[in-house]
Amino acid sequence: MARTESKTRTARRREVAAAGAPAAREIQSSGATPRSGPVIEFRGVSKRYSGGDVGLDHATFSIERGEFVFLVGATGSGKSTVMRLLIKELEPTAGTIRVAGHDLSVIARRRIAYYRRNLGVVFQDFKLLPNRTVYDNVAYALQVTGGTRRDIRDKVPDILRLTGLSTKLHNYPDQLSGGEQQRVSIARAFVNHPPLLLADEPTGNLDPETSVDIMRLLYRINRTGTTVLIASHDQTMVDKMRRRVLELAHGQIVRDEATGLYARDETTREFARRMRAPSVRPPAVS
Amino acid sequence: MKVGFFLREAVRSMRRSAAPSFAALATVLVTMLVLGVFIPIVQATNGAANSVRGRVMVDVYMRTGAIASDDARVRGELLGIAHVKSVEFVSKATAYAQQSAQYPQAYALLGSNPLPDTFHVMPDKPGNVLAIHSALTPGGAVIDPMIASVSNKQSDTRKILEVTNLVTITAAVLTVLLVLASILLIANTIRLSLYARRREVEVMKLVGATDWFIRWPFVIEGMIVGSAGALLAIALLGATKIALLDPLASNWTLIAAPRTIAFSVLVAVLLTAGAFVSALGSGLSLRRFLRV
Repeated sequence: MARTESKTRTARRREVAAAGAPAAREIQSSGATPRSGPVIEFRGVSKRYSGGDVGLDHATFSIERGEFVFLVGATGSGKSTVMRLLIKELEPTAGTIRVAGHDLSVIARRRIAYYRRNLGVVFQDFKLLPNRTVYDNVAYALQVTGGTRRDIRDKVPDILRLTGLSTKLHNYPDQLSGGEQQRVSIARAFVNHPPLLLADEPTGNLDPETSVDIMRLLYRINRTGTTVLIASHDQTMVDKMRRRVLELAHGQIVRDEATGLYARDETTREFARRMRAPSVRPPAVS
Repeated sequence: MKVGFFLREAVRSMRRSAAPSFAALATVLVTMLVLGVFIPIVQATNGAANSVRGRVMVDVYMRTGAIASDDARVRGELLGIAHVKSVEFVSKATAYAQQSAQYPQAYALLGSNPLPDTFHVMPDKPGNVLAIHSALTPGGAVIDPMIASVSNKQSDTRKILEVTNLVTITAAVLTVLLVLASILLIANTIRLSLYARRREVEVMKLVGATDWFIRWPFVIEGMIVGSAGALLAIALLGATKIALLDPLASNWTLIAAPRTIAFSVLVAVLLTAGAFVSALGSGLSLRRFLRV
């Protein structure tokens, strides 16, 4: 945490150094603690790939702290672009992206690693380290941040119990089912308790029943106060979840609404029961 | 620094991907073996070339009537010439004794001593021998009336210098090429084994690992593999030296040439080169995979 704060300070100093720029004044007026603003803020963000493809076209939206938001849209609509911009794997062609009040464009290349430690990221293809056990995969996220062995001994079994993997500690990823692998990747993403969790098609490779389990896990994480942003094209799932939905088409935000009942203080058990119930309305057929 | 952690990581990745590690080790082993054989050969060749060049000198023959005071004066004059390192005096009597010992029958027929007093003039560098020669014989005459003649082996000297120069240069070029080939070969093998693990590096970066956090285990792994390969090569070279060369050396002088590298120095050079090149190769090859 101390590291996060020192990063905050340097980042702010950099912004102040660029005095005169409207952005700098804005961030100071927005309050002493950046946490009070939106967690994610896209302002007129465009991303044009070198081949000429449009990844994102003047997208503007913001996500508040503690929200659970779905990012939907057809393949190629820009969902993954949003995710890759947020982990600073890509740089936007235009516009500004702020995460917890910090402009991502001012983060120097060698500071990106430290920025990423504040994010938990879950991918469709899990991205686990193939030659490490479940335990070591999760432990790696702590080792990266300089976690001590004691730290690891304390936290890793806890998070693996939370994700229901206590019996698989010493298995390698290729010995696990898809759902289990995704749970390992969620455990790894959450073991540092990041304020923001990003999931790019977390259920894309999983069957519906397993998908519900994964969504339930993500919901449980959201209940601890973590902001969760999920990119998904699973319309049924999104409809059932009844959360805020951002829809992208051709790189533009075409819909931003809370679908259905916005049951915010539902318990995870109620949540799971509702998710397993037959669909209230038929899935949108295109 | 988390040396222990990095070391454990390096050992783990070697255990888990044994085949690429073994390939890298074998590459280091072979290149070090070749280098280990080649370095002493180059040195022996250079040594031989140098000893040939060392024999390049100017002979100054005195007139038959020269007395001791003439010899002393000429000696002083010779030492005054630029590039002269030393002057060796061979008196008539000494020359006669040497020659008659070599060809007793021929000298027995002669009866008297026909040989002159001689000075061997050694240049500081073999290349300067011609300069000394022309300094001794300005405009065709000799610098002292008591000097009968100055040996005129210009064409021979030139040939010797050219040939030995060529040998030295060839050896140097071959060494550079061989070292270059070794470095490229090792770097390439490492690149291939890293390429197989580029996804792993990508994941590490996404989890928030800094570049050096990812790099250190790879560098240490390279160092371990490199030293292991070099050590094996040294063991093989050592065995060969003890089994084959040492028995031969006692009766074949070329192998025992005094100017070849000492085995302990060779061991140090190979070990350092193996470890350093592999570590550097790992660290550098990783760069392109770190750009995520």
